[in-house]
Amino acid sequence: MATVAAVIASTHHPFYYRASTSSGADRPPFADEWVAKIEAFRETLTRARADVLVMIGSDHFHQLWLDNMPQFLVGKAPYYDANYYNEEREFGLPRMFLPGDEDLSAYLLRQGMDAGFDLAFSNELRIDHSITCPLITLRPQADLPIVPVYTNIFAPPLPQPGRFVQLGQTIRRLVEAWPSDKRVAIIGTGHLSLELGGPRQFGPHGPDPEFDRKAVEWIASGNLASALAEVSLESLWLPGNATHGFMDFMLMMGVAGENAKADYVDSLDLFHTMEAYFTWYPAEGGDQA
Amino acid sequence: MSKYLVDKFLFTIDRDPDLVERYRADPRGTVAWWEAERANVILNCPEAERSTWLRFTDAEREALAAHDYVALFELGAHNFLLLTLFIALFERDYDEPLAFQREFAARLSHWTVPYPDIST
Repeated sequence: MATVAAVIASTHHPFYYRASTSSGADRPPFADEWVAKIEAFRETLTRARADVLVMIGSDHFHQLWLDNMPQFLVGKAPYYDANYYNEEREFGLPRMFLPGDEDLSAYLLRQGMDAGFDLAFSNELRIDHSITCPLITLRPQADLPIVPVYTNIFAPPLPQPGRFVQLGQTIRRLVEAWPSDKRVAIIGTGHLSLELGGPRQFGPHGPDPEFDRKAVEWIASGNLASALAEVSLESLWLPGNATHGFMDFMLMMGVAGENAKADYVDSLDLFHTMEAYFTWYPAEGGDQA
Repeated sequence: MSKYLVDKFLFTIDRDPDLVERYRADPRGTVAWWEAERANVILNCPEAERSTWLRFTDAEREALAAHDYVALFELGAHNFLLLTLFIALFERDYDEPLAFQREFAARLSHWTVPYPDIST
């Protein structure tokens, strides 16, 4: 059976690429600290020696649109082109080309549907920054095959938070039962409190530092009970109007498991939003550092 | 209310560099052209197999034609589409990084949660 070599959850910040590659007067004052944190975080994936990456993210109205909006979608293609003109325009993100793992995609689709998730699929999917940002931070050579999993955190009506957790639990169980000798890392990115296109955007910190503090604690300790008790589709509007991306963190808490303490936790308080980085090593039953 | 159509306008302009420039230079003309020629095109269907019923309300049409992002926010336009397109339109006119984004926030500062509903 396959091995879950690492479970990794993080924020995805589209400004990282530009900040980390800029120099001189263009280099923001926080760039060096940010790069140091990312390089340490990257080591947590490198150390896991993964063969394939299941990548959980959310399309930001690039390919998926309101005339035909899936709630949960699995890519099944041999390759994925990645990043869009408007991400190049706004964030300076590079175009990327990623290999896929069709066998694992097909397996997750079939078994996921049989486990109660009527997953949508795509045989021609162009990936956006919710998946390329973690590749840029964690695996910049982008050489490992991926299985993209997209969730709808963006276009109401959204699935309930509990459904994200259940999907994470299902993905974990299915990957562990995959008849393969491969080492699989399951990586997902979301947001802590975040405001986009509203009065609280681009402040000196994230819009709700108290929510961020609690959220980091829930994730780091695997406290699904508290997260599920306190978070609802309605409550997520309060910390910031783009905070439904936190449900991708809840999905990753489902992957990591109830009360699974993260083996690696780091965060960085930036303007506009807080960055947070978590890694679990389920196969080794704890930190292998 | 045709929030969906407002979002469709923002979406289809934002993803096309030529249309971003056209909407910046001639917002009223671009909105009129788009409503007449593009509003009813189903994005994943042949152009002939189009819808027949989509049109803006007067308030929506005027808000788009006036580049009035405060009004669009208040009409329930999707916050992400609104921000992304308006950054593309106007960030270049500001000297300081993020100055446009902060002005956008300040012009909405009379709003507290709950914000206008973005459901379509």
